[in-house]
Amino acid sequence: MPAEPHAAPHTHEPDEVPHTHPDPGVDPHAPLAAGARALRVGIGGPVGSGKTALVAALCRALGDELRLAVVTNDIYTTEDADFLLRNGVLPADRIRAVETGCCPHTAIRDDISANLDAVEDLEAALGPLDLVLVESGGDNLTATFSKGLIDRQIFVVDVAGGDKVPRKGGPGVTAADLLVINKIDLAPLVSADLTVMDRDARARRGELPTVFLSLVQDRAASPVADWIRGLVAARVPAA
Amino acid sequence: MSLATLLVLADGRLPSGGHAHSGGLEPQVSAGRVRELDSVAEFLRGKLATTGLVAAAFAAAACARPGNGAEFDQGIDVRTPSPALRKASRAQGRALLRAARAMWTLPSAGREPHQPVALGIVASAAGLGALEAAVAAAHGTVSGAASAAVRLLGLDPYAVHGLLARLAPDCDRIAAAAAKTAGAPVDDLPAAGAPLLDIGAELHATWEVRLFAS
Amino acid sequence: MRARSRVVAESDGHGGTRLTELRSESPLLLRRTGARTVHLVGGGAGPLRGDDLRLEIEVGPGATLEIRSVAAQLALPGRAHLPPSRLEIHATVAGGASLRWLPEPLIAAAGCDHLTVTRVEVAEGGSLLWRDDLVCGRHDEDSGTVRTDTTIRYAGSTLYRHELSAGPAAPGWSGPAVLGEGRAIGTVVAVPASLLPPATSGPADFAIMPLAGPGALATAVAADLRPVRAALDPICDRQPATAGGRP
Repeated sequence: MPAEPHAAPHTHEPDEVPHTHPDPGVDPHAPLAAGARALRVGIGGPVGSGKTALVAALCRALGDELRLAVVTNDIYTTEDADFLLRNGVLPADRIRAVETGCCPHTAIRDDISANLDAVEDLEAALGPLDLVLVESGGDNLTATFSKGLIDRQIFVVDVAGGDKVPRKGGPGVTAADLLVINKIDLAPLVSADLTVMDRDARARRGELPTVFLSLVQDRAASPVADWIRGLVAARVPAA
Repeated sequence: MSLATLLVLADGRLPSGGHAHSGGLEPQVSAGRVRELDSVAEFLRGKLATTGLVAAAFAAAACARPGNGAEFDQGIDVRTPSPALRKASRAQGRALLRAARAMWTLPSAGREPHQPVALGIVASAAGLGALEAAVAAAHGTVSGAASAAVRLLGLDPYAVHGLLARLAPDCDRIAAAAAKTAGAPVDDLPAAGAPLLDIGAELHATWEVRLFAS
Repeated sequence: MRARSRVVAESDGHGGTRLTELRSESPLLLRRTGARTVHLVGGGAGPLRGDDLRLEIEVGPGATLEIRSVAAQLALPGRAHLPPSRLEIHATVAGGASLRWLPEPLIAAAGCDHLTVTRVEVAEGGSLLWRDDLVCGRHDEDSGTVRTDTTIRYAGSTLYRHELSAGPAAPGWSGPAVLGEGRAIGTVVAVPASLLPPATSGPADFAIMPLAGPGALATAVAADLRPVRAALDPICDRQPATAGGRP
């Protein structure tokens, strides 16, 4: 595991533009209004990058302190929801599965109606919630969430996908509000250079934060859970 | 009546939830009844003549009489024996209203009306007439399932669109017939059923693994 | 051929049913065959194009009636210039009354052009089991043109509204949305829904579906009548009618 990737601000190699390291604890956006509805956080990323495991970890970490629910968009309808149920991280009534008709990116970006229905139905059935996690179906590097569906989005890539992924960019890597580089415990096995990934992510993402994660070593997904806690805490009361 | 407005309403990219529904195709693909272009064509022809006619008739009637939405909604309920199909129709009606509220000023239409009823009310709010509402409904009946056929069977998209082009005159005929009944009492509106769509939808709803919501 | 037949069943006040009217015109011949049972005995060929047949059934408060037939109805072509053959069935079932309609199938022979119109009105608290089997064409024969148009109402509201068209005049009827390879279809509408077993589907093309209102529909589609009977006979014979069937 590398040294803390988001240490104190410092400058980079001379060939790069010097910049301040983004701190995942500092959201560069204006705080979200705490309206009548829950904070909605989208979790996207390629197939197998560990989205569902991250959702499960977040439910374990945040389930006792926040009123939360989950919407899943797996191409196989109930697969992800079943994983969460089997792992006992959330009761069944807090999980909704949305069918995506072979088009997971459509359901979170171009035609978000089924997801909005699911989020609203959860809020209607469970009463006020603090947080709804919307997990996308596994897709590719171009799949991102519509702002009509979520307030903030997390993009999950893993070291086994190759350390070139952050350099390749794509809307998920460059524009997600939080980039999670997952499964760093596997880095030595797949010859992934985390320093390279870190550097490329920073170059791509400017002020937007990136965190490194190993759910084997950190079952509570602490940096991601902390980032979400920060978002919830920073919500300002609706006018 | 604005033709461009009709195109906006009938556009397959309208974010109204349709992409997640196969229009009953997925269960028939799984049953082995739909495998290639010819069986897709027969599927679409039968669907258009049955549930397509009903959808067109109710869209036309709801467009002509948008204040009677609840009555038409019940009319579709009694023509839709499958609970899974009732649920799918209502989900798509709700999604259409959600999209349309951002496009036109809608009257109150209930939370989750059946899709053809929502379509008629939306068409009326958009300044369209009963015939246009019926055309949009008939076209939507076949285009959604055709798009699902491309995704489920990996068919040549040009060939599938060739099918849709050949079905267009049938859509017009169905829509014209539907528009003629726009003023009829609800019990007299078309009620053509498609037994395999009902049975397939019920079976589909029990699957643990499916790609489409219906 | 034109026929008007009518049967009226009323409670005898002692838990039994008496037929206060039993009027038959050929070919809709009605015969009492049991305490609560009437059979249609006009077998043989027909209806033919040009036929205009009407059957009225009335079941009064507390009465119980079961109607069966001794043979299938065979819709045949008749003379080409005549209008389609037409059978209209009008039934009313009073509160606390029970009607079971369990006839043999309608067979649409090649070249026929037939319409069956069914209108059933069940008052609140009445009970109904309404079965219709249809076979599209005799053995190894194309289907004729056949249409069924059914409305079943309960307590003043429409509960079930269904039309089915098969044969040369019905686009896509033998395609995978309507009947596919199936040439036989059977339906049972039950009021209240509890007259049928709980909702189920498969393994064949068979489903029991709760309607939006207080009833249920069982539908079975198969290549021939045998699997349809195998699916539907047991649920129709499941419980004999009792006066004022309760949910």
